[in-house]
Amino acid sequence: MRSLPVRAALLSLVLLLVGAGLWEAASTAPESAEAVSEYDMLVAGAGEKARVPGPSAVIAHAWAALSDPFYDRGSNDKGIGIQLGYSVGRVLTGYLLAALVAIPIGFVIGMSPLWQRALDPFIQVLKPVSPLAWMPLALFVIQDSALSAIFVIFICSIWPMLINTAFGVASVRRDYINVARTLELGRLRTALTVILPAAAPTIFTGMRISISIAWLVIVAAEMLVGGTGIGYYVWNEWNNLNLTSVIFSILMIGVVGMLLDRLLAGAARFVQYVD
Amino acid sequence: MTTADSRFVQVDGLSRSFPGERGGEALTVFEQVNFAIARGEFICVIGHSGCGKSTILNILAGLDQPSQGVALMEGREIAGPSLDHGVIFQNHSLLPWQSTLQNVSFAVAARHRDWSRAQILAHSRQYLDLVGLNGVEDRRPSQLSGGMRQRVGIARAFAIEPKLLLMDEPFGALDALTRGTIQDELVRICQQTTQTAFMITHDVDEAMLLADKILLMTNGPKARIAEIVEVSLPRPRSRSTVIFEPNYYPIRNHLVDFLVSRSKTFRDQPPTGYDPRHPPQVRPQADGSAAPQHPATSGAPHDP
Ligand SMILES: Nc1ncnc2c1ncn2[C@@H]1O[C@H](COP(=O)(O)OP(=O)(O)OP(=O)(O)O)[C@@H](O)[C@H]1O
Ligand SMILES: [Mg+2]
Repeated sequence: MRSLPVRAALLSLVLLLVGAGLWEAASTAPESAEAVSEYDMLVAGAGEKARVPGPSAVIAHAWAALSDPFYDRGSNDKGIGIQLGYSVGRVLTGYLLAALVAIPIGFVIGMSPLWQRALDPFIQVLKPVSPLAWMPLALFVIQDSALSAIFVIFICSIWPMLINTAFGVASVRRDYINVARTLELGRLRTALTVILPAAAPTIFTGMRISISIAWLVIVAAEMLVGGTGIGYYVWNEWNNLNLTSVIFSILMIGVVGMLLDRLLAGAARFVQYVD
Repeated sequence: MTTADSRFVQVDGLSRSFPGERGGEALTVFEQVNFAIARGEFICVIGHSGCGKSTILNILAGLDQPSQGVALMEGREIAGPSLDHGVIFQNHSLLPWQSTLQNVSFAVAARHRDWSRAQILAHSRQYLDLVGLNGVEDRRPSQLSGGMRQRVGIARAFAIEPKLLLMDEPFGALDALTRGTIQDELVRICQQTTQTAFMITHDVDEAMLLADKILLMTNGPKARIAEIVEVSLPRPRSRSTVIFEPNYYPIRNHLVDFLVSRSKTFRDQPPTGYDPRHPPQVRPQADGSAAPQHPATSGAPHDP
């Protein structure tokens, strides 16, 4: 009996092979040696056209695309690596700006019931707005499509970080604060040396939620603003009717999203503590 | 001893009420609490759960404010928390993201802001040694046993050398064996440092081992200090020998009797002549002098 991780990995592999096999089978045309009616021909012909490419086609495409991911042949023909790079760059810029705003404000909200109550109505109204709804306003005010995409990422990243920071700070155990008070630490020192480390795991949870949402939103945002980025690329390939490339892009979006999440999960381990 | 020393800490007419839920009647936890702590004295407080012991301790720590009355230390009102009042909290409250050493050095650095890093660490190590905790400096509280955590809390409190040490059931969560070892350590450290201390406990034997005086509180609400019991046992005391002192069982029986029966009735039927501003100071002795008002000591479980 092998260990659980090994068995899980084997099972994953089996599922992958079965899934890919079914997909491949569904995507190859059935051999129609029988007498074919005109109708059959018609349907088969239409099916041939609309058929989703199978895994072998996607793998072949992936091999080609990943062997030269960074080629650049003009504005409409760039490697997948470059497109993903643009998207990751936008996500990180918008996300880091959001962190710079959300964490301090979340701190203030968490520490001051007055500010918490005063800002609550604004947060309640703004939070449920789809980040893409800001896009027209951003395009109008900023007058730059790339910056507007960053702004949209900024807006959608703010809320989870803000709310988690406020919650984490507000729920720091009273005992820790009392320790700081009996040691006569000032407000700033208490915030930095006691409240911040105590709330850090909760803050990081918010940061993880934010980066996932940002990565979800960037694809849609780039489909809207065009130019560069993985979202634009997917849309462009769809317009070229290159479904193999679309499927490959979907997988790459998933992989990059997972890496971003793993990155933050790894960072969060440094601030984790056992109570 | 000068009066300044005998009234190092002075508590006058202290009461604390909490506003009732949604306009309900306010809850007065205790009222008319008066006592003094002399410099170098060790005071224990015993009383049933909810009578306001932790609240009094928080007021002495400056973490809570009384509704009436005043708490003074060295003649000045205790207005807020300060490094002069070290606190060992009911649940150790070490910072879980810091190592053992950091938990202590963090406090030492707050106390001695002009010290160098090396000085701070040396001082912290010295106090970790004092509680027998060398070799676990880099472990986090979650990697320590309950007894070790409590010792880190003790080291931290002692390391800042507070004028008044406040302890809220510091050993409440420990098993009897560990508790005994740490009690012995505390006895030794307090003797070395002549620390003034105020400690809450539910353990009669612990109070008798450590205290010079024991404050007995009636049940709440509107709890008061019923009596101040002098622990007339010679020092140095140790757990193994103190039980052979002739006064040991008279004192113990007096305390147990109070907890078991008198604490319930005391508030509503105080003995004649009782004045909460000057709670009677009693010194139970083997010959039965200053014995409790109604002698109910014979049935106590450990009577020799
Ligand atoms: N912040 C608060 N608001 C309202 N009531 C409170 C508050 N703090 C304490 N009390 C009440 O005051 C009373 C005394 O509480 P306290 O914690 O001082 O008791 P205690 O004697 O330390 O009890 P224990 O032995 O269980 O620790 C309790 O009835 C409690 O409900
Ligand atoms: Mg208590």
